[in-house]
Amino acid sequence: MEKLVKIFLFGKEYHVPDSLTIMTAMEYVGYRLVRGCGCRSGFCGACAAFYRINDEAAQVCLACQTSVQNNMHIAFLPSFPVERRTYDIEKLSPIESIVLQLYPEINNCIGCNVCTKNCPQGINVKEYILKAKSGDYEGCADESFECVMCGACTLKCPVGIVQPQVAMLARRINGRYLSPKSKQLEKRVTEIKNGDYCELIETLMQKPIEEIKELYNNREIK
Amino acid sequence: MYPESFKTSLELVQKNREKNIAFQPERMSYEQRQRLITAFHPDYNKDAFTTLKIGANKGEKVPTELAQMLQSHSRIGAYSVDLTKPDYETDVLIIGGGGAGAVAAIEASAAGADVVIVTKLRLGDSNTGMAEGGIQAATGADDSPVLHFIDTYGGGHFAAKRELVSRLVCEAPEAILWLNELGVEFDKYADGTMLTTHGGGTARSRMHAARDLTGSEIMRTLRDEIANRKIPVIEYTSAIELILDQNGNAAGAVLMNMESGKLLVAKAKAVIIATGGAGRMHYQGFPSSNHYGATADGLVLGYRAGAKLIYADSLQYHPTGVAYPEQILGALVTEKARALGAKLVNKNGEVFVHPLETRDTTTAAIICECTKNNNGIATSRGTGVWLDTPMIEKTHGDGTIEKRLPAMLRMLKRQGIDIRKQPVLVYPTLHYQNGGLEIDQNCMTANIRNLFVAGEAAGGIHGKNRLMGNSLLDIIVFGRNAGKNAAKIAQEIKVEALTLSHIEKFEKEIIDLELEIDTVSPKLLPNYTNEKPI
Repeated sequence: MEKLVKIFLFGKEYHVPDSLTIMTAMEYVGYRLVRGCGCRSGFCGACAAFYRINDEAAQVCLACQTSVQNNMHIAFLPSFPVERRTYDIEKLSPIESIVLQLYPEINNCIGCNVCTKNCPQGINVKEYILKAKSGDYEGCADESFECVMCGACTLKCPVGIVQPQVAMLARRINGRYLSPKSKQLEKRVTEIKNGDYCELIETLMQKPIEEIKELYNNREIK
Repeated sequence: MYPESFKTSLELVQKNREKNIAFQPERMSYEQRQRLITAFHPDYNKDAFTTLKIGANKGEKVPTELAQMLQSHSRIGAYSVDLTKPDYETDVLIIGGGGAGAVAAIEASAAGADVVIVTKLRLGDSNTGMAEGGIQAATGADDSPVLHFIDTYGGGHFAAKRELVSRLVCEAPEAILWLNELGVEFDKYADGTMLTTHGGGTARSRMHAARDLTGSEIMRTLRDEIANRKIPVIEYTSAIELILDQNGNAAGAVLMNMESGKLLVAKAKAVIIATGGAGRMHYQGFPSSNHYGATADGLVLGYRAGAKLIYADSLQYHPTGVAYPEQILGALVTEKARALGAKLVNKNGEVFVHPLETRDTTTAAIICECTKNNNGIATSRGTGVWLDTPMIEKTHGDGTIEKRLPAMLRMLKRQGIDIRKQPVLVYPTLHYQNGGLEIDQNCMTANIRNLFVAGEAAGGIHGKNRLMGNSLLDIIVFGRNAGKNAAKIAQEIKVEALTLSHIEKFEKEIIDLELEIDTVSPKLLPNYTNEKPI
């Protein structure tokens, strides 16, 4: 017999099997989700939720990745209005102050660390904001890499920083301008554009299936 | 935390680990693979398929759950919507806000077309954002598009359309460069050389990755670019029927607000279906690694309007879905784990298959091991075998998992399992629809002019089995082509009066054949209400 736990969804009490996540528990009791549900695997950030157990401090989590526990009081993070700045990645100059120019409010960070405490991914959000502020975009990109952009950090920022958008910009600058270029990749693209492989591919395409089977079955795997 | 009942088996896995790392299982011959697949792959479970009685693929078999959706009533009547006053008018209407749709939107917009994206959840809610292991491209000095072609074509059982494979492999390196220029980060060495791995069935190491969050990194960058380009995105709104014009060409879609149920009309000069896959159809009762909205909607839209499907009977069951704990049943454990040295081990601690066979082969091998050979580990929900992830740390050094597989580490850690020290219990999970709406080289369907398809909804690129890393690649390559071609065509054409007469025609077929149908389609979302998850 399955063990049941007592949970409270938006204040209402339900008894559900302990093998469920917050998300599947909501469905189990009858919710048909449209909002607050995306990939169901912890990648998309659609399902940030708050919960409190007894008198412990409230926690932020992803509803699809968190098991229900006894006496869990649960509420979902609503869609939170955020502002992002528009820019042209092609024309962006990757200078050290560009993020600061687009998101000057990062200067107002008071270091309260609430963003970090709220992150369901355990990312050191304050740290990456400080890195962005100092022009260390590579560091900001690295530290923020596992961000799912759920917005839990933004919700409680006392100075209104939209951390996930700052990190997004830093990662794009890093990917586009700062990380070393792959010369071999550029070489291959040029070779293909020059038509270096056209004849080989064309010949292959014309081959009878038995010949391609031979090639496949006898190919060397390096 | 694993239950006490796994203890004996876990001890055997640990005891044999060193020996198993040294052991190199042989790869199967093509004939051996075929025998195994025919005997154990779910695609060969004859009871799970139904023959279509209506539409362009009449007489062909598709999964029973799909057949039901393809042969359902429309959600609307042919005359229940006023088509003369469209709510949206645009050059290119893109249905679906995942990777392929986003890429198509960027290219169509760059080509000067007006674009509207409609998506039933949020922009980016898609299988693209969940892709973990990487994206293939023959960029290495010891590699070539020819080798990539042979791997892809052979891996797909020589069933793919050759002109599509050719396009896929020849435009792959440029796809990587295009992404990199958009700001997508790739794992590189200090000199810029791409850090690559193998996938199942690849002759060269050509998987390019951003840790094990490759799709997430690609999707969020595409979403950011769409915002920069100010491309309109209608979220929480699904397409429920295609609209044709009097000439039978695609000319828009009827939309439905997912929250209010309100119907809207979008008129367009070209339509791109980029609705993705079907994992949430749970074929044969399998759990799925797919996102919430993967319900084959695009196939239904296209089919009802007269488009043809190809290989709709071919599904991919990813070998390594999570089998324990129940909370994350069916979630994906990336093939990259095996590329980095983790092997599949049965309950006795024995390696039973080469870790990098193609996915259909590995899936069949796991099912064989758990059924015929009775070497699976029993759980409350089924059975599974071990993916011995601690081998990765032993092979490549401590810290490798944290660096190369951080998402996997996090996902299992949340369930009390440290994959650096303990193996993961896995079983095949419904992952990908190998077939879809048939397209030509330019991504257009043969039966309906101005209807383009890109991404997982398109068929023919992968034949009857897709290789790892070829799907992230196909959404970029064919998303770009669909976007460019749709934008081009939109300049040339004049849309005639709009019609939904194809719905009427379809309903008439149902009546003429006296089919007893009490369902409507497309499905839009799975129904998990009041039940335990699959």
